[in-house]
Amino acid sequence: MPVLETTNLCIRFGGLTAVSDFNICLEDGELVGLIGPNGAGKTTVFNLLTGVYEPTEGAISFCNEALCSAGKALQPYRITMKGMARTFQNIRLFKELSVIDNVKIAYHQNVKYGLLPAFLHAGPYAAEEKEIEKKAIDFLEIFNLHGKKDEQAKNLPYGEQRRLEIARALATNPKLLLLDEPAAGMNPQETSQLMELIRFIRDKFKLTILLIEHDMALVMGVCERIYVLDYGKIIAHGSPAEIRCDPKVIEAYLGEAV
Amino acid sequence: MKRFQSLLQILIAVGIGLFLQVLINNGMINPYYAHVMTNMCIFITAAVSLNLINGICGQFSLGHAGFMAVGGYTAAIITKNTSLFVPAMISGQPRFFLATLIGGIVAAFIGLLVGLPSLRLRGDYLAITTLGFGEIIRILLLNWQFVGGASGYFGLKKYTNFTWAYILAIITIVIIRNFIQSSHGRACISIREDEIAAETMGVPTTRYKVIAFVIAAFFAGTAGSMMGHVNRMVSPASFTFMLSIEILLMVVLGGLGSISGSVGAAIFLTFANEALRRFRAFRMILYSLMMIVIMIFRPKGLLGTKEISLHDINKTMTGILTKFKRPVKKDNPVETSE
Ligand SMILES: Nc1ncnc2c1ncn2[C@@H]1O[C@H](COP(=O)(O)OP(=O)(O)O)[C@@H](O)[C@H]1O
Ligand SMILES: [Mg+2]
Repeated sequence: MPVLETTNLCIRFGGLTAVSDFNICLEDGELVGLIGPNGAGKTTVFNLLTGVYEPTEGAISFCNEALCSAGKALQPYRITMKGMARTFQNIRLFKELSVIDNVKIAYHQNVKYGLLPAFLHAGPYAAEEKEIEKKAIDFLEIFNLHGKKDEQAKNLPYGEQRRLEIARALATNPKLLLLDEPAAGMNPQETSQLMELIRFIRDKFKLTILLIEHDMALVMGVCERIYVLDYGKIIAHGSPAEIRCDPKVIEAYLGEAV
Repeated sequence: MKRFQSLLQILIAVGIGLFLQVLINNGMINPYYAHVMTNMCIFITAAVSLNLINGICGQFSLGHAGFMAVGGYTAAIITKNTSLFVPAMISGQPRFFLATLIGGIVAAFIGLLVGLPSLRLRGDYLAITTLGFGEIIRILLLNWQFVGGASGYFGLKKYTNFTWAYILAIITIVIIRNFIQSSHGRACISIREDEIAAETMGVPTTRYKVIAFVIAAFFAGTAGSMMGHVNRMVSPASFTFMLSIEILLMVVLGGLGSISGSVGAAIFLTFANEALRRFRAFRMILYSLMMIVIMIFRPKGLLGTKEISLHDINKTMTGILTKFKRPVKKDNPVETSE
């Protein structure tokens, strides 16, 4: 059963067709890369999948459920609740909040107590908040961030901010994780640590990962399959070895060493 | 421990309130100051509730006076017409209490009507709709003869006393503080921090913006009722755009997102208002200047999103005390190096 399947996904901004005829299919547990030159439409694909944009045409099916079809799209928060989580190209942490509060917000979707217990701090409030606190701390421990749990997110070093953003996305308990250029702005050492982290996540949380990345070493190193996007269209698709010597890909990257 | 601490805080607050009321009753605080203190509490209620929208949730509402008008007029109609809405056998203070509650509920309902369409949209739409809403309410009231039209609705009994206003302010502070320390409150704060990320983390952002807006409208409505029953009248002239701006200034001055900041700023500006009563025109210029200066130098307000708690006061006090004590010790190397 595919986790994610899109059919002829297409979005136009005015006259600009950012993505068209986009078809991908992700099987359970796969680690798949999405690459392409700047402005190819990769981030736009993520925005379509997560409901930030509504597609002009096409359909998305997630775990055999339609996320959008015939002009009716689910809101992003509903898609998250169905089990899709993402990070952003330009980190979007809740900057003024503490590290632990960033993670706690991921658990909000499971909170059962209503407004009245929140107003009065009564009834199920204390027990549930305690549980959230515990879960968040356990989670930060996995990512080695628990030592900084009370620091403001904006004060973390860049690499840790990236890690926190991934941790926060994983805390929503997704089946599919979308990572938008997680290695952007990292030095080679941080990048290799990130590769380790991504493999570790996939094995530990048993999920499917779709990864956008510019760093070819990283993509070729961790991904099992790769889709190549150029001018909004998929121009190639296959294993890293196949992609490496695909003439269309080489042309799209204008002779860049792939 | 945490429970005990918040209980202690509430007990201290109640104690202070009782003490002040006793001083007022004894005439140790003269009626004029009692009146100013009552106004202070009303403005605390208004500012703290507006902070929930503008500071905690990161939206921008300019219509708080409108909600105060709705609550104020609703409550005034109920206390003045013994045959309307509340059975006639309930009279005096209990009737005023119910009228205030109903005033808040009606304001909350109107808040829902205004908030639902405008909070769906991102950006400045809320500022524009709430601005328009405040004006619409005022013009409707100007032309509604049943409540006296332009001259206002007179002859209310002076039900509001310091204790009522004080209790309302405390309830507002406690409920809103509790709310922001809950998962629902965190959801609101995440909207302020980054709306797109919040939505992607599973927060139904529109719903939480509306919830915050409605809670704030409720407390604004109750503050309006208190205001009407302390001035013994409600009139369109007392709920103008300038009132919204004054409350906004309290929120901005105290710090967007800081409850204790709003409380402090409400107290300070109510005082300033009284002190500058003779220079009415000058006052507005001063306030505008203040707003500009804050926006340039401290766009997040004096406190930012920080809170001042008993714990902090305790810490600073011990800090100050140790500073005083220090010179007693001689040859302290730390001291010389400072
Ligand atoms: N909201 C938008 N409005 C107009 N154009 C957009 C919007 N979002 C993306 N685009 C355009 O779509 C194209 C693809 O952008 P993007 O998906 O960000 O590329 P990348 O592959 O580098 O992530 C770009 O030309 C961009 O200008
Ligand atoms: Mg991009």
